[in-house]
Amino acid sequence: MEQKSSLGLAVIGWLVAIVMFFPILWMVLTALKTEQSAFSMVPEFVFTPTLESFKTALSQNAGYWHYAFNSLFTSVMSTLIGLALAIPAAYAMAFYPSKRTDFTLVWMVSTKFIPAVGVLIPIFLVYKTLGLIDNNWGLIALFVGMNLPIMVWMVYSYFKDVPKDIVEAAEIDGASTLATMFRVILPLALPGLASTGLLALILAWNESFWSLTMADHNAATLAAFIASFKSAEGLFWAKMSAASVMTVAPIIVLGWFAQKQMVRGLTFGAVK
Amino acid sequence: MSNDAVANAGDTASHQGAKRHGPPVKRLMAPAVLFLMVWMIVPLAMTVYYAFENYNLMMPTMRGFAGLGNFEILLTDGTFWAALGHTLTLVMACLAITVSLGLVLALLFNKTFLGRGVARTLAISPFFVMPVVTGLLFKNMLLHPVYGIVSWAMRTLGFEPIDWFAHYPMFSVILMISWEWTPFALLILLTGLQSLPEDQIEAVRLDGASRLQEFRHIVIPHLGQVLYVVVMLESIFFLTSFAEIYATTSGGPGTATTNLPYYIYQNAFFQYDIGLSSAAAIAAVILANIFAFFLIRFVAGNLNAGGQR
Repeated sequence: MEQKSSLGLAVIGWLVAIVMFFPILWMVLTALKTEQSAFSMVPEFVFTPTLESFKTALSQNAGYWHYAFNSLFTSVMSTLIGLALAIPAAYAMAFYPSKRTDFTLVWMVSTKFIPAVGVLIPIFLVYKTLGLIDNNWGLIALFVGMNLPIMVWMVYSYFKDVPKDIVEAAEIDGASTLATMFRVILPLALPGLASTGLLALILAWNESFWSLTMADHNAATLAAFIASFKSAEGLFWAKMSAASVMTVAPIIVLGWFAQKQMVRGLTFGAVK
Repeated sequence: MSNDAVANAGDTASHQGAKRHGPPVKRLMAPAVLFLMVWMIVPLAMTVYYAFENYNLMMPTMRGFAGLGNFEILLTDGTFWAALGHTLTLVMACLAITVSLGLVLALLFNKTFLGRGVARTLAISPFFVMPVVTGLLFKNMLLHPVYGIVSWAMRTLGFEPIDWFAHYPMFSVILMISWEWTPFALLILLTGLQSLPEDQIEAVRLDGASRLQEFRHIVIPHLGQVLYVVVMLESIFFLTSFAEIYATTSGGPGTATTNLPYYIYQNAFFQYDIGLSSAAAIAAVILANIFAFFLIRFVAGNLNAGGQR
């Protein structure tokens, strides 16, 4: 009996998985085709795979590398800056809580709920004046602002898991606050910090709103590169798919590892 | 001002006491707080200011206080009301689909079966796909009226293929967003299911409760909180959907898929009407805050009850 029902479950479970994953799979298959066979009324399921489209997408002309560099640079820098801002704040709130700690934490979440369009216009105008439109650092600052509340919350929740006695013991030994933070607590919380960084990296890499509105060419990320295929109407499906695969694949793989952290971060620790 | 005073008092206290007391709490917090102030709160205040200004980038001389002028134009603009309606339709439909489907799938993946880990990993992958990619993938390779694989499947089954994005634009957008976000609901609900109080379930089973009773009296109340979080978070993300629309319909045909973010984007970037788009942005902020209010209350409540779970 048990065997049978679990076989039925396996069939349903796998069916669901295949249906959900199919669009991604189809994109990968299209990327491995020639342009002619990608754009065909009868889809070819059996074909000789070719890396031609990847080569075209990677060639100097198409400029994948330019956008990939911008995506990588902005997401890595925004993650590092975000951690540098979030760690001290979370540290202060986790180990030296005051009456205002809860208020500050909730205030930080509430900034996350200002929709991006709510601040789009002033940021656009100020950026224009400061020359930050189409500038990597302009985007990095926006990504930091977007991720900082989540990062503070996540780091805070990991610091909360560290026993407070350790901080007290270190301080009795005469270590300064900074020394305690860097030498004692950070190594202990390293896995948590790594997951926080991973989540921030994924969110920044996939960010599309600011990338599409605040960058033209110089600072344009992969989101803009893919969006530039918008009007291609079937001319470059294979190339578009190849570029998309190269955009999405690293993040899907990172995402597989970050599933649990994702839940913790995106629900502000409400669901662990 | 008062912050400085408190900080000074703290410093003085630390000098009087042993050196180990008086951590530089303020200085540790300041960078993060200041950053959020400058990048979020100040711009928000500026949006409020612009909403009451006559300000069009094409007519730089005609600036000045507009009173409620922008809001009057906004409230008499049919496109704004349509955009508001589309936004709510999108949020409600996507919520209904992702939460119900996510719940069913979470219950499914909570059972043990062969290769469950891999199957679950495949099923949640859509969540990690960049929205622009989702848009182009659906518009072209999947739903293209002639060359899309769905059209081929329909022809094979003897149906007339449909031009989804032209004739059912809102449905298509909802389909895309639901495909991306069902995994999110699945992932969070599954995490919630896996933290079910096992001892309670054991107890009611020993008492001879049926599976249905067990589900109603243990699983649903426990999942209730998790569901609440999913609904609130998703509504906030759905309210601000942009890239999927940008990459596919550009708000059309006509204004059929113009939601509030897209309406603001168009008014600011194509009509250059800073005043009007700021007024619309205020509407978007208010709408988001209605949802956020409940979530923040929940998160804050959770903070105080933190130790319990």
